[in-house]
Amino acid sequence: MEKVITAELLTKRFGSFTAVNEISFEVEQGEIFGFLGANGAGKTTAIRMLIGLSRPSGGRAIVAGFDVARQPEQVKRRIGYMSQRFTLYEDLSIRENIQLYGGIYGLTNRDIRSKSDRLIGELQLEASANALVKSLPLGWKQKLAFSVAMLHDPAIVFLDEPTGGVDPLTRRQFWEMIYAAAERGTTVFVTTHYMDEAEYCHRVSMMTEGRIAALDTPRKLREQYNAADMGAVFLKIARE
Amino acid sequence: MRTILFLVRKEFLQIFRHKVLARMIFIMPVVQLLILANAADFEVKNISLHLIDLDQSTASRELTGHFEASPHFRITGASFSAKAGMNDLQTGRADLVLQIPPRMEYDLRREGKAQVQVTVNAINGVKAGVASAYTGAIIQGFSNDLRAEWLGLSGPEVKPPIDITFSNWFNPGLDYSAFMVPGILVLLVSLIGMFLSSMNIVKEKETGTIEQLNVTPIRKYQFIIGKLLPFWVLAMVSLALGLGVGKLVFDIPMVGSLGLVFLFAGAYLLVLLGFGLLISTITETQQQAMFLAWFFLLVFILLSGLFTPIESMPVWAQKITWFNPVAYFVEVIRLVLLKGSTFGDVQRHFAAILGAAVLVNGLAGWNYRKRSG
Repeated sequence: MEKVITAELLTKRFGSFTAVNEISFEVEQGEIFGFLGANGAGKTTAIRMLIGLSRPSGGRAIVAGFDVARQPEQVKRRIGYMSQRFTLYEDLSIRENIQLYGGIYGLTNRDIRSKSDRLIGELQLEASANALVKSLPLGWKQKLAFSVAMLHDPAIVFLDEPTGGVDPLTRRQFWEMIYAAAERGTTVFVTTHYMDEAEYCHRVSMMTEGRIAALDTPRKLREQYNAADMGAVFLKIARE
Repeated sequence: MRTILFLVRKEFLQIFRHKVLARMIFIMPVVQLLILANAADFEVKNISLHLIDLDQSTASRELTGHFEASPHFRITGASFSAKAGMNDLQTGRADLVLQIPPRMEYDLRREGKAQVQVTVNAINGVKAGVASAYTGAIIQGFSNDLRAEWLGLSGPEVKPPIDITFSNWFNPGLDYSAFMVPGILVLLVSLIGMFLSSMNIVKEKETGTIEQLNVTPIRKYQFIIGKLLPFWVLAMVSLALGLGVGKLVFDIPMVGSLGLVFLFAGAYLLVLLGFGLLISTITETQQQAMFLAWFFLLVFILLSGLFTPIESMPVWAQKITWFNPVAYFVEVIRLVLLKGSTFGDVQRHFAAILGAAVLVNGLAGWNYRKRSG
């Protein structure tokens, strides 16, 4: 399989504090890669380097074939990103948000129209397509944000705690969307705090204090740590 | 190019969806002009006068009559004691106390001269200066009348050797609104240019929406133009609206070319929008941006010659105004509208403002980062 993300000794320092400390890993195309760790372990900082929002202090990372430090704009063209915070425009309608991002990614007007219709149909948001986004419940907002991040068919989509604060049913639907994206060949790089979600990933990495402490498939991690589920694995690693 | 169009469309949608903002942009010019142009007026009227006439003669009554007839004075008190007069001055019931000594008429007839005492409340220096000048003029007029009457002289002999008459160029009626309205329009345009633009960008930082834009392949110049162009358009529309109100309500003169005014406004806005952008790049919250923008705007406005003439500022302050974009626009809009100055007359201003636009926008563009940390 082709490697779409390669990180080698990737490091980020803020003054004397090292947020991400020489992490190395590879992610293959079409993989769902879980990026786990306690709060403050450095997950978000690592993601921000991979998507070209933050310049690495050391090491390097190749994302979708481009170096994140030297060609961040090339990387951005090929990735989608959904942040912890909801970052679509609350005072624009669903359709207007889609149009804006479609336009920014250089989709043709016809593409924008057909994608808007398909996306709104899939999300079953026909009734509120022209309603302002701020009127939507959180779960719908998250699904919309994911769809907008996928609008330009990126090679990789980065999801930073996409299901935080969302009800179990919506979480379930969200993961169905993630699986559908992976089926189509999109690589999914996802962080989460829900250990049941960690089981859905093809491979999982565990971060503690800026380092990757463990990286394998959920099954192998359970065996290695002699744990019943990923929650127990997480606690064992975090306590080490 | 297409990306910019999408961004501009988004900005306009957001601005017009924001009820308060949209209304403010169009109602503010009208309200500001109607209120400020009438209130920000340095002509001194209604000076409260306390009269102490200890002479009670024909001459003293004639002098007080002059004050009563003047539109600038209002007699708010009269007494026979200097103490009562001082008391009125201290409590604010009087701005000015005029004390006519006993035997003024007697002295005038015997000695040919007499003195009156004028005490002015000078807390407001401008008003005090104007009030003293008016008082002096009235007393001078009174003494000329007396000489003519008593000495039986009339005709040209009694006139002072030099007779000064004024002819006011470019604002013949000395109409205050003709002077203030164009200046206030500058204020208005500046407010939209600097405040709204900086707030708008910082708001995107606060809500985090800017991060989503920063992970797109959007180019720096596309973002900047997409952000600033809508406010440039709004400020220009606001200026047009303000000029319309100025013409209809205040009948301000428009001697020079309106095209030249708009051309200069367009260049001027580049400076202020760039300044707003610069502020947004160095602040993280709307509160910080508001504080910075307000600080600079206040200094710019007070040193702009809008309310006080630059020529009467100390030399060091005059030098600061060379770097004040607001001062250039205030001068240009007055020159063009009132005096009919042409492009050739204000090309120095154009050069300065375009230079500032390049400098400020260069600095802001350089300081704006898609990438943080």
